[in-house]
Amino acid sequence: MAQTSLSATSRIIRWIDYRLPFVAMLQHELYEYPTPRNLSYWWNFGSLSGIMLVVMIVTGIFLAMQYTPHASLAFDSVERIMRDVDYGWMLRYAHMNGASMFFALLYIHMFRGLYYGSYKQPRELLWILGVIILILAIMTAFMGYVLPWGQMSYWAATVITNLFSAIPLIGQSIVTFLWGGFTVGNPTLNRFYALHYLLPFVILAVVLLHLIALHRFGSNNPLGIEMKGPQDTLPFHPYFTIKDLFGLAVFLLIYSFFVFYAPNFLGSSDNYIPANPMQTPNHIVPEWYLLPYYAILRSVPNKLLGVIMAFGSIFLLFLVPWLDSSPVRSARFRPVYKWVFWLLVIDVIALGWVGANPPEGLVVMVGQIATLYYFVHFLILFPVIGRLERPKPLPASIATAVLQGSGARLGGAGAPLAKS
Amino acid sequence: MLKPFLAALALLVLALSPHAACAQETPPLPHQQWSFDGIFGTYDRAAEQRGFQVYKEVCSTCHPVKHLYFRDLTDIGYTEDEVKAIASTYQVTDEQPNDEGQMFQRPARPSDPIPGPFPNDQAARAANNGALPPDLSMIVKAREGGPDYVFGILTGYKDPPPGFNLLSGMYYNEYFPGHQIAMPPPLSDNAVTYADGTSATVPQMAHDVVTFLTWAAEPNLEPRHRTGFKVMLFLIIMAGIFYAAKRKIWATAH
Repeated sequence: MAQTSLSATSRIIRWIDYRLPFVAMLQHELYEYPTPRNLSYWWNFGSLSGIMLVVMIVTGIFLAMQYTPHASLAFDSVERIMRDVDYGWMLRYAHMNGASMFFALLYIHMFRGLYYGSYKQPRELLWILGVIILILAIMTAFMGYVLPWGQMSYWAATVITNLFSAIPLIGQSIVTFLWGGFTVGNPTLNRFYALHYLLPFVILAVVLLHLIALHRFGSNNPLGIEMKGPQDTLPFHPYFTIKDLFGLAVFLLIYSFFVFYAPNFLGSSDNYIPANPMQTPNHIVPEWYLLPYYAILRSVPNKLLGVIMAFGSIFLLFLVPWLDSSPVRSARFRPVYKWVFWLLVIDVIALGWVGANPPEGLVVMVGQIATLYYFVHFLILFPVIGRLERPKPLPASIATAVLQGSGARLGGAGAPLAKS
Repeated sequence: MLKPFLAALALLVLALSPHAACAQETPPLPHQQWSFDGIFGTYDRAAEQRGFQVYKEVCSTCHPVKHLYFRDLTDIGYTEDEVKAIASTYQVTDEQPNDEGQMFQRPARPSDPIPGPFPNDQAARAANNGALPPDLSMIVKAREGGPDYVFGILTGYKDPPPGFNLLSGMYYNEYFPGHQIAMPPPLSDNAVTYADGTSATVPQMAHDVVTFLTWAAEPNLEPRHRTGFKVMLFLIIMAGIFYAAKRKIWATAH
């Protein structure tokens, strides 16, 4: 019985697959897909970001069913979700903290790429698609933050859209065009809502391209050398599905802690005050994940130049594959870059601290030094270090390195898991 | 690579949290013991009900609780009949006109929002020397420091230090940004008489009303804590199972 039904199913699948090779594609890309056997847990953050994107879209759709995008109703409708919708508080806190989690995952994923040189030939487009995802995520998060129509929503929208007024001659017209009026108001809220619903699906499409580019050459790995044959790889399933699932459980623990026990820790209390165009909050501060850009913006005394540098700090990332002149990918074999990498991490944290504090005294100075360093790091240190540094010798293959590293016998490389 | 990265992440969370930013000159808020603190925290029902009494008899003269409905009061331990009785002591204008097309007053029902003291913000300002008493249903979430801050404001009235230029009609408050607050000291000993015999000192009343207002701002804290505990427990077990499976699957691959 079971056998006939199984073969019936497989016959249907075969019929479909012959015409639309979808199952075959999944089989190839998710099951057999050869993956470097030495991937560390730093390679979990890509799939985690993808899962988090889905969580955001699902919670977002359910929130949208209850939310009212109108300047005089938005704030109260969010409170109704929190108070009167069944599990509305959970949806809302999951979505709110989910944005923070998504950015934390993206940033770790990107720093991993920078440490292990994952952007280098032939993965330049993979990296560029990732930067496009970051830019789209920033736009989506910014517009989402405006929707509850609290004080910080309103004033963040005002400050950020006003950046475009720095453009000479047409700046003010652009700002009026973005607002749909002469101040941030109901038309602004409505268009932000429409775009906030649209952009995540654009992100999803770019994620698909990101995956296609990834599967062209497969993942980079901690050694930064290419896979040379089956002895260097393991099939994606079950080895990396289970590794990703374990990582997912650990990540969900951290995420749940915020959702259930510190839901407002990462947010600003000012956003629980309804938007008031007549009263500016004491400190207008963006969410933590945008603080470094905000710090760069404020560190430059000239408004137009500040805007150019804040945007430039992201657009600069597009050039990273060509700015880094070293042929060696992994920082493990780059004795100088290995240390310089951490300077960038510290620099970005310093910029975040600067962005969170009012620009007075020490904060201004640290901000200017950190801003300068950020650009020096990519524009000067990246090309120069690659030329001057003498990389350590690379191992012959992933398999030899793994063999030496663990001293274990290389059992059935690339073979599916033997049932015992 | 792991250790410095985790340290960096922890620093990031600490340094970048907007809570790290602090106003100058204001003494640090003393932390109170709250029944709703911690992962098992719940609201103390007796304190909530005493707090509601303080709100009703003192705060509600000037401050609305815009997001609260009478029906919500079952959450703080009142029965449905008690809520009906409480609601019926208020007069509200019905949302719909009567058959003659006239708006009319009627006793409030549990499904009505708790009416505020003023019909609009302008009326509130006119009655309060130009200052607008803020909505209290969100106040605990809408202020940096939350319950400790609101407690600090209620108990932080002092004589201004010598040389402090206090504007007329303003009061000196240790924890208010800029120290000039338009609200007169709202609490004085025995401002209310508690039915349960608790002695109505200023810190006691402040503690009770802050418990009530924290519930008003975050009415789902108790189900959130309960659900969270189950979710965390589930995830810990799930992580353990996945880790064991991972070890077994990878046993032959290293």
